[in-house]
Amino acid sequence: MAKISLEELRKLREQKQDALQKRDLAGKDSQIIVGMGTCGIAAGAKTVLDEFLKVLDEEKIENVAVTQTGCMGLCYVEPTVEVIVPGMPATIYGKVDAAVAREIVKSHVIGKKLVTDHIYDRPSVDIMKA
Amino acid sequence: MAFRNYILVCGGTACESSRSQQIFDNLKLEAEKQGVADEVQIVQTGCFGFCEQGPIVKILPEDSFYVKVAPEDAHELIAEHIIKGREVKRLLYDKEKAAKHAQVEDIKFYQKQFRIVLRNCGFIDPENINEYIARDGYAALEKALFEMTPEDIIEQLKIAGLRGRGGAGFPTWMKWNFSKNVESDIKYVVCNADEGDPGAYMDRSTLEGDPHSVLEAMTICGKAIGAHQGFIYIRAEYPLAIHRLEVAMAQSKELGLLGKDILGSGFDFDIEIRLGAGAFVCGEETALLQSIMGHRGMPVPRPPFPAVKGLWEKPTVINNVETWANIPVIIHKGGEWFSKIGDEDSHGTKVFALTGKICNSGLVEVPMGTTLREIVYDIGGGIAHGKKFKAVQTGGPSGGVITSENLDTPIDFGSLVKIGSMMGSGGMIVMDEDDCMVDVAKFYLNFTVDESCGKCMPCRIGGKTMLGILEKITDGKGTMKDLDTLTEIANTMRKASLCALGQTSPNPVMSTMKFFRDEYIAHIVDKKCPAGKCKKLISYVIDPAKCKGCTACARKCPVSCISGSLKQPHTIDQTKCIKCGTCIQTCKFGAISIQ
Repeated sequence: MAKISLEELRKLREQKQDALQKRDLAGKDSQIIVGMGTCGIAAGAKTVLDEFLKVLDEEKIENVAVTQTGCMGLCYVEPTVEVIVPGMPATIYGKVDAAVAREIVKSHVIGKKLVTDHIYDRPSVDIMKA
Repeated sequence: MAFRNYILVCGGTACESSRSQQIFDNLKLEAEKQGVADEVQIVQTGCFGFCEQGPIVKILPEDSFYVKVAPEDAHELIAEHIIKGREVKRLLYDKEKAAKHAQVEDIKFYQKQFRIVLRNCGFIDPENINEYIARDGYAALEKALFEMTPEDIIEQLKIAGLRGRGGAGFPTWMKWNFSKNVESDIKYVVCNADEGDPGAYMDRSTLEGDPHSVLEAMTICGKAIGAHQGFIYIRAEYPLAIHRLEVAMAQSKELGLLGKDILGSGFDFDIEIRLGAGAFVCGEETALLQSIMGHRGMPVPRPPFPAVKGLWEKPTVINNVETWANIPVIIHKGGEWFSKIGDEDSHGTKVFALTGKICNSGLVEVPMGTTLREIVYDIGGGIAHGKKFKAVQTGGPSGGVITSENLDTPIDFGSLVKIGSMMGSGGMIVMDEDDCMVDVAKFYLNFTVDESCGKCMPCRIGGKTMLGILEKITDGKGTMKDLDTLTEIANTMRKASLCALGQTSPNPVMSTMKFFRDEYIAHIVDKKCPAGKCKKLISYVIDPAKCKGCTACARKCPVSCISGSLKQPHTIDQTKCIKCGTCIQTCKFGAISIQ
């Protein structure tokens, strides 16, 4: 008697592929970079990072890598997050909390629309408001 | 469960010997302590191939490539990189690029490489079958069992043009076809993991990093030729590779990917490990089979070839580890895909263990047809310590040297034979101006003389006699006639030895004599060793003009052969000097030289 059938092996592969793909940047065209300097962490960047991971998982979005970086220099609006999505300007959001993180995924990543209230650096605030 | 970071710690033998196990343990401990244990997955992988810079730790998804990591660095890696998201710059491979990212793609060492055999090494956890499965593992087996006939499988290998990676380069499909066509109730599949060339460790790393690829390939072969039993012959001195194989086999059996009725196809296949005692001759296929059967490891005449009459007189396909590791990819992606890699003569890739006087020693996998220059200079980073390139030795004790004139020769089976060397199993030892070619030839011959099984006379006596002549030459007692005698014995050995060990063991001598004849002549006529290696032909001399009489060398000399009083030039008593070189290392004024 076979212990595992062909179908079961294929299912197992699919499942595990998911887990393994998350490891690699290859195949991911978008990036969410959370500023996690001391200032960012103190302002709650950790919660934001966790929320991003949670929402992406919920929405089953596979093409976004969530990474972290040091302080972006905008300490006055921490936590800061840079979002890079093809066809959209690279954007730096400030004062991001869990709710904003959720909105960034829903409107910026999925809906391809900027979350204007929270743009602090790139693209230039003046242009956005004009 | 998603993790936000993945830490891959190299668990190859080279890195393990520089405490990678402890790094792994410390990282786990630190992740626990700093409260990120459930956000970070820490995996022990197979060899990354960049052994020169080991131990290696790679952190994903940033793809930060940390080198020469110590167990003490674990705290900082977790605290800085994982918690704060700041790369630990001092440990990054490319520190200038640290501002951006030291990504694997940026490292020249990896740029010219193309990884088929090492596809999973350094990425998956070799002790976790699920990770292999996720990287299309066992997909080729599915195809072979349910969609392909034995003829289809062999046809794909034929289209791929895969040739044996163990050294001789015999077309793999032909071997399989021979066995398939023999009527027999029992047939066998054997993996030759008796890697023995000095400086070669491709097969060990493949088994350590991706053991399932070999198991899968052997099962496919079983289906193609109608065999139900496989053996992996591996030397006992590869404990980590054996351990990983055992773990892999247990996991495969548990899932039913080995054993009875695999995946419900009705096909049975099982594999056993046989440990060798590390005799070089057991890498020769007929000797290996003798050893598996419990006999003394000695070659037997061919034909009959093992494919027709091997283990217990039954048809036996025997392939080398690297050949096996190619097969799942060929079956999965198709022979045609494989045939497009490489050059016209040879298809696919070849793994080399790059060692010797090179900046980046390690494991490299390149498409066939890559030039030696690309391997030595682009991937290997050139000669260490700014010295001058002299030659590369390929093919181990059966191969020959390649000199700077042939640096642009494409590496494939045909081209290497044309310039008097051979592909061999993949050892590649780089030599610089400090290496004496007569001494190198002596080293290899010494190895084969030691490892000769003694069964046939040309190898047993021929090798020993040649070695005696080489010793005479390096002692400064050689004559020009000795060179003719060497050639004569070599020709006899090549023609009359029973197996490849004896037939090829004169190669290093003949090849160095051909390309570096002037060095042989310098030893014989001028009684000089141009590289300053042969102890009997050199003497250490103190330059009285430079010697300050500090007595440092005299105090360090183990045989007390340096004399002279304080602040006066010293002298070396040549009759007592053992040429150990301690004085040269001790002298701060550069007053001692080799003449």
